[in-house]
Amino acid sequence: MNGSIIQVEELSLTLSGNEILKGVSLDIGAGEYVSIIGPNGAGKTSLVKCIAGIYSAWRGAIRIEGKPFGDYGSKELAMRQSYVPQAEGRSAPLTVEEFVAMGRYPHLSAFTSMKAGDYAAIDQAIDQAGLLPFRQRKLNTLSGGERQMVFIAAALAQNTKIILLDEPATFLDYRHQAAVATLLKTACRENGITVLAVHHDINTATACSDRIVALKEGRIAFEGTAAETANTQVLKNIYGTEFETTSSPRRAIPFIVAGGAR
Amino acid sequence: MKKPSIGIALLAALALAALLACPLLGMKFIPYHATGQELDILLGIRLPRVLCAFAAGSMLALSGMAFQALFRNPLATPFTLGVSSGAALGAALFIRFGFAFAILGISGVSLAAFVGALLSILLVYGLTKLKGGFSTPTLLLAGIAISFFFSSLILFIQYISGTTHSFRIVHWMMGTLATTDYGKLANLLPFFVTGTLLLAFLHREMNLFMVGEDLAVSRGVDTGLVKKLIFLAASLMVGGVVAVCGPIGFVGMMSPHICRLLVGADHRRLLPATLLFGGLFLTVCDTLSRMLIAPAEVPVGILTALLGGPFFIWLLLNRKSNLEL
Repeated sequence: MNGSIIQVEELSLTLSGNEILKGVSLDIGAGEYVSIIGPNGAGKTSLVKCIAGIYSAWRGAIRIEGKPFGDYGSKELAMRQSYVPQAEGRSAPLTVEEFVAMGRYPHLSAFTSMKAGDYAAIDQAIDQAGLLPFRQRKLNTLSGGERQMVFIAAALAQNTKIILLDEPATFLDYRHQAAVATLLKTACRENGITVLAVHHDINTATACSDRIVALKEGRIAFEGTAAETANTQVLKNIYGTEFETTSSPRRAIPFIVAGGAR
Repeated sequence: MKKPSIGIALLAALALAALLACPLLGMKFIPYHATGQELDILLGIRLPRVLCAFAAGSMLALSGMAFQALFRNPLATPFTLGVSSGAALGAALFIRFGFAFAILGISGVSLAAFVGALLSILLVYGLTKLKGGFSTPTLLLAGIAISFFFSSLILFIQYISGTTHSFRIVHWMMGTLATTDYGKLANLLPFFVTGTLLLAFLHREMNLFMVGEDLAVSRGVDTGLVKKLIFLAASLMVGGVVAVCGPIGFVGMMSPHICRLLVGADHRRLLPATLLFGGLFLTVCDTLSRMLIAPAEVPVGILTALLGGPFFIWLLLNRKSNLEL
């Protein structure tokens, strides 16, 4: 860890009368991969949306690179962090290339067109996400998994030190789940990008993360390494249901199997 | 990455051809080498009318494009959202109470229509936002509600007006370019230029809005400001057109869709294409309206609605196809 890049202090959020977040504090180091897990309605998505600037009615403090959130201009912030929403249910008749190019937005001013550096960033992101064959395809002709990769590629083209993701692998088949996980892990380990991702699947979270934060009813219920999280008692406390672990020679951390339904 | 667009070039060529050919056509064909009275008709009556039609068509089409991006809904248009009715009400109030004034050469009717358009956009946006989303049912219901409300107010104004005013309002409500001249053109142009420049300035933002407001925020778009600017641009254009030509429907809906099929959804290309197509479409429709039952005229609004109705139904049935936003 090279000092913290995202600091969240006593973050609270109330949306239409419901208290979603109740004093969440979080410190994320530069280059760290942190996953947020927790049951439905725990406030995972809301936490990420607050940090991404999409929800603005929160109380508490968020600092990015030590500077308070409110002191950033909107483009200035977007040069530091990018956000990947769930691609599920979103589409547009834009080509992959056009969509990824939109990631360059904060680097451009209204009257200038894109320069060589912008095109290079777009090409690199498309390549990294394995989307070269889809370059000229329209978004609305892609599968959900491919589209999610396009959304991540756009965030990579934004060229930020931080990427925030909301359930990037949830609706995907196994191959695309693995592709998303590998892409994010590579971005983190090799390019030093800080990743903060909401993960629905615990095994995806433990496979990628340096640290896992569990939310429950708007509060942090647990915080620890992947190995510490892969513990049946810890998980039972978070999710309120039984779990089993099973080890695999290919993984340092055991697989988690929910044993609730029998 | 940068590729010349055949679609835009084609539209530009067609638009130019229409602008050159349409003034010659009408009740009687007048060649360019005409003299005397015929030349007066060509340059004094037909040319300004064709130019007005082109500008009005472009403005309606561009405002439709802006609405569709902002509301992320292919059925959002000045007509369906009740914005045309709002503009019409503004203009009708003005005609009825006839405060004849002009600010900087722009007629009061245009300004009244602009205010009406702006108010109805804010109403529709507020209503749908309150209901929590821009889904088609919510948007159309809100638009229809506002449209009916304003239309009944217009009827009421008509009812309490004398025959002269009433006739003027009825005729103008049908949507016609019959009374356009250079003065009207001069009244359209400031709205055309301001609106187009504003939208051209916002082409990247419209792309981002089209995919989602949250994504726009995360890419660094000042969404509050951009929304206001888009509202402003669209109201300027709808108000500007409605004041001069009355509410002409369906140009704003059809043009952006057809252009999306031609050049794609990236607003950098969609905007010039929509501008050209809207202008071309209304110019051709207006020329037809002058010729179909000559020497009489079909109000062009009737013609565009006749073409637009079936298109609207087709759109409703095909919404899951590649037209989706």
